[in-house]
Amino acid sequence: MEPAPLLTLRGMTKAYGQVVANDAIDLTVGQNSIHAILGENGAGKSTLMKLIYGVETPDAGEVVWQGNPVQLTSPAEARRLGIGMVFQHFSLFETLTVVENIALIVAGPKAALAARIRELGQDFGLDVDPFAHVHSLSVGERQRVEIIRCLMTEPKLLILDEPTSVLPPQAVGLLFDTLRRLRDRGVSILFISHKLDEIQALCDCATILRGGRVTGRVDPRAHDAHDLARMMIGRDMPPPMQAEPHPVGEVRLELAALDHAPDDPFAVGLSAVSLRLHAGEILGIAGISGNGQAELAKLLSGETRLSAARCDEVRLMGQGVAHLDPAARRALGFAFVPEERLGRGAVPEMTLADNSLLTAHPLGLLKRGFIDRRREAEFTAACIRDFDVRTSGPDAEAGALSGGNLQKFIMGREISLRPKVLFVAQPTWGVDIGAATAIRQRLVQMRNEGVAVLVISEELEELFEICDRIQVIHKGHLSPSLDARNTRAEEIGRWMIGAAGVAA
Amino acid sequence: MSGLSFILAGMLAAATPFLLAALGELVVERAGVLNLGLEGIMALGAVVAFIVVYHGGGHVAAFGVAAVAGILLSLVFGWLALGLRANQVAVGLAVGILGQGLSSLIGNSYESLTITGLPKLAVPVLSDLPVVGGLFAQDAVVWLSLLGTAALWAMFRYSRLGLILRAVGENPQAARAIGYRVVALRLGAVVFGGAMAGLAGAYAATVYTPLWADGMIAGRGWIALALVVFGTWMTGRIFFGALLFGAVSLASLVAQTENWAVPSQLLSALPYIVTIVVLGIITSNKRLLKINGVASLGEPFGP
Repeated sequence: MEPAPLLTLRGMTKAYGQVVANDAIDLTVGQNSIHAILGENGAGKSTLMKLIYGVETPDAGEVVWQGNPVQLTSPAEARRLGIGMVFQHFSLFETLTVVENIALIVAGPKAALAARIRELGQDFGLDVDPFAHVHSLSVGERQRVEIIRCLMTEPKLLILDEPTSVLPPQAVGLLFDTLRRLRDRGVSILFISHKLDEIQALCDCATILRGGRVTGRVDPRAHDAHDLARMMIGRDMPPPMQAEPHPVGEVRLELAALDHAPDDPFAVGLSAVSLRLHAGEILGIAGISGNGQAELAKLLSGETRLSAARCDEVRLMGQGVAHLDPAARRALGFAFVPEERLGRGAVPEMTLADNSLLTAHPLGLLKRGFIDRRREAEFTAACIRDFDVRTSGPDAEAGALSGGNLQKFIMGREISLRPKVLFVAQPTWGVDIGAATAIRQRLVQMRNEGVAVLVISEELEELFEICDRIQVIHKGHLSPSLDARNTRAEEIGRWMIGAAGVAA
Repeated sequence: MSGLSFILAGMLAAATPFLLAALGELVVERAGVLNLGLEGIMALGAVVAFIVVYHGGGHVAAFGVAAVAGILLSLVFGWLALGLRANQVAVGLAVGILGQGLSSLIGNSYESLTITGLPKLAVPVLSDLPVVGGLFAQDAVVWLSLLGTAALWAMFRYSRLGLILRAVGENPQAARAIGYRVVALRLGAVVFGGAMAGLAGAYAATVYTPLWADGMIAGRGWIALALVVFGTWMTGRIFFGALLFGAVSLASLVAQTENWAVPSQLLSALPYIVTIVVLGIITSNKRLLKINGVASLGEPFGP
């Protein structure tokens, strides 16, 4: 007789208001299995994991754990059963040390815990200093701490939510080795991802979600990427379109040995960051998150200003602007789409029409200091139409739009300003594949029209697709410019972990 | 008695109301909750303790009743701020005003009455030293407060409970995700803070100045709140901050008796001026605040 499956879910349903995030989902996870949950952003993967880990309670459905029906009402209950979870956005405490973080889950004297941490580190390739403060660790090290913390409770099922999204290519291989070793020791793994190649390399079973429903249950090794993609997005994957080489114009944006030590002790300082962005090209900034991208973005947008004496460290259209505020920089022809759509790119509680006013007011939306409501509505309607934003109209609240639609709207608003320099941070983060493709095509189109485009992204594939040149940020240092068409992902990966160019 | 030995002898007792209330608030804030109602909770603790002593109940019972009164009032705060997730600043202010109002009402017929305080317990030999001798003759509550300070310091530094409280205050979402009952822990902290504020009030009204006058807490609750920030959420620094305030408030008395050329009003205002200056200096140091501060302070949390 076959052993009972480790975990069986039947008819799991969870709705948030009108949105059914999980609709009657069935899932069976076997013993000693690496099981993939595959789906686009918004397909319901994270909700399903929260149900399994007891963070959320389902509206309907039953859970069977090792043959026994159970109620997962809290994370503590899930942990007691032997379910551990590694979160996408880590749940570590930054002001505590590694061993203190772990002591929160496992009781015991610190010295003994530290010894256990080192032991697990050796067994599974998870090397980390037990007495380091978490805020001083890299993202990859934090992930190791999370995994060790789960392993300390000796789980039978380990859930990993998009674990590779924070890792450079080299570290992905190491993580996979660790996960295979865990499987061989009897730990089943639920691996959440939207990256097809990773799932084919690692998993022996895959459940595919789309729009909150299961659309496939397959052995990923027996299918090619096209089949998986069709199950995931419901149609064929849009073909990648490599941007054609294109003559470039004058320098529009220049950083000259920019140094910055932020006030925030948890932020990353920048040292001697230099780049030149020309009209008619796309320059990509690659790197693992938390290596100074946020600080660089603020220095570019004007949210962080330098003293007037250092104004030449940031130059726009040949003019030193490092001391100018965002509005002054925008007046020179600079447009900026920040990483956080809600709160920085748009005000969630305001209508789309009022959100257009935020940056597009110079386009005649004001009349003698008062808002011209008619022009405002016209502008917003044009944005919605031209950029294929799916919404009820200009009066919809920004917070009610999906991530992809709001991103298209913000991009549309900024593009309508006809900027000379467009700076976009994480253009397709949390955006579905269809909208992501549209946004990338739009960026290439901007470039072809002679706009200088700067893109910060953690998605290497995206940068290879649209960029002419790539520079890599690591611990606040920026690599030299690399030709996107003649550089391999492995080389970018070496720069991402600081292993390239050190001796050279 | 010289001015210096007067200050040395009295500063611990003067510091005790600040210290007790601030230590309680430290625990509350470490868990991520901001209870601005300290002043009112102290006033309520003060009046009930005074009444118990006045009617012959003795100081032990008085402190017990004051702690219970503080807990009850802080439970009102906890129910609104943690149970219903109301704005903590608004609820704290409301509960503080409620406490002050209740203390005026309850204490109305006791206005200006006096009682006897507590005897000093002297450390042999040390208390006979010249100048500093007075430092070693203090009442029982002062000695217990010193022990309590050390216990709290050790709790945050060494114990699992201290670690859990810090975790809950830094990142309640993560604390819940690893299985802690955030709201229950925070409520526990609020209750502890309420009891400590009640004790602080009781000390002020039955030991430090054993008489009842409406409004006698006179801003001590607010100073205690400031002390927590002043001490950047560290037990030791809060202790020294409280001591400094105790000493400065006595200095104004010394100035009056010795006819210093400094206006006494200025010296009376000194504790408040020092608070403003120190808070200004500390809050301008973002690095210090970020490392020692409580990341989720004042934010409502619901699972």
